[in-house]
Amino acid sequence: MAGEFDIELPLLLEAIHLKYSYDFRRYATSSLKRRMEQAMEHFACRSLSALQERVLREPEVMRGLLAHLTVQVSEMFRDPSFYRALREKVVPYLRTYPSLKIWIPGCSTGEEVYSLAILLREEGLLDRTLMYATDINPEALHKAEAGIYALDRIAGFSKAYGEAGGRASLADYFTVGYNAAVFDKSLRQGVLFSDHSLATDSVFAEVQMVSCRNVLIYFDRVLQDRAVALFRDSLCRKGFLGLGSQETLSFSVHAAEFAEFVREEKIYQRP
Amino acid sequence: MGARTSARPAPEAILIGGSAGAIEVVSLVLSALPSDFATPIVVVVHMPRQRPSALPGALRGKCRLGMREPLDKEPLAAATVYLAPPDYHLLIDPGPVFALSVDDPVNFSRPSLDVLFQSAADVLGERCAAVLVSGASSDGAQGLLAIQKAGGLVAIQDPDEAAQRAMPEAAVALCPDAPVLSARGISHWVQQAAVWQTSSSQGAR
Repeated sequence: MAGEFDIELPLLLEAIHLKYSYDFRRYATSSLKRRMEQAMEHFACRSLSALQERVLREPEVMRGLLAHLTVQVSEMFRDPSFYRALREKVVPYLRTYPSLKIWIPGCSTGEEVYSLAILLREEGLLDRTLMYATDINPEALHKAEAGIYALDRIAGFSKAYGEAGGRASLADYFTVGYNAAVFDKSLRQGVLFSDHSLATDSVFAEVQMVSCRNVLIYFDRVLQDRAVALFRDSLCRKGFLGLGSQETLSFSVHAAEFAEFVREEKIYQRP
Repeated sequence: MGARTSARPAPEAILIGGSAGAIEVVSLVLSALPSDFATPIVVVVHMPRQRPSALPGALRGKCRLGMREPLDKEPLAAATVYLAPPDYHLLIDPGPVFALSVDDPVNFSRPSLDVLFQSAADVLGERCAAVLVSGASSDGAQGLLAIQKAGGLVAIQDPDEAAQRAMPEAAVALCPDAPVLSARGISHWVQQAAVWQTSSSQGAR
């Protein structure tokens, strides 16, 4: 016999989809449930039905719920070995293109965007690169565009930057103000921050690389397959796909459509 | 302990959680397991946030079973010990398969024992066994209670014997009727799960 929560959850997801077109129906179950429980607590709702009542009638509650369901705070240069592999093994390929397009789906608050921008700047590629940084959460996109991070996070970012093969000092890329690190706006000159859903939207550009790290873990297999098909369709011949360290295409229906390029860093290449 | 009814279904996973002082107990438990121990084992031990994790190194050579960090959506396989990767929460999703998240730390920990245990309680219900050992935080106690409430089997290392007593003590306070065992007792308890597995799995799955 299903508990009330398990009955109410799909109803709420359906309601959100009908009312706001956000589609969480194929998000991975256990994490989604945890996040919904936190949202219930945050909005002081005793049940998901009570939360649904508010979500349907108060758009600002939907905005708040969106933050609970989507925002994951990443670090700059999370998994330095991934960025080292990009620098040493992928950049030599990217160099051969006269102009570059890179897509960062699910960019959240932008830590990965600035990490990649810094890496490309140091490799002399940033000026000819257009980056699409997309997310479904407008507030996260605003934060990503602002590029302002709390100072207490910077020590960790700097350490990872060094381990990732950074050529200078991370401090060269930001100024300090209001107890925060404000990243140099020239880093995002070629970045387009935009609303895009891997669950409901389609391909919008041909790109040489997709970097989508620790986003697919929140999707179930069906939605993962949809997202990977979008990556496949937007990547050019010999284009690259970077995933998170515990993510894999092994269980995807599209596994055979990619080759492992740097196996241990989950970097794939289109044939 | 011995009076468990035979109606109990075999666990689909045995979860072992701990923090400071847990490696020794986990080593003892794993080293006693035969190479054909069927039930998947999932180990979460709080470790410093570094990659690669120090956990596989600390346990390597201690165990005859295959040992690895699970990937997202990987199905739980027999005769395998899964070690939680650093800086992710590890969860069980329907399948059962592994799931991961980079959501905020819980009880200052990522991976958090509560996160794994609560998802396992939800997905596996009574087909789950979990043991909590030495540690210096209270992470895991709520999750152990969730597994017990869902009908799963739970056990706790004796706080008097644990290298760090805070974690098992918090669990004993929340789950007062859970068996409290020595490290050797936990080793036996885990192997009991294999007996349940073989005696009740004919024709199943």
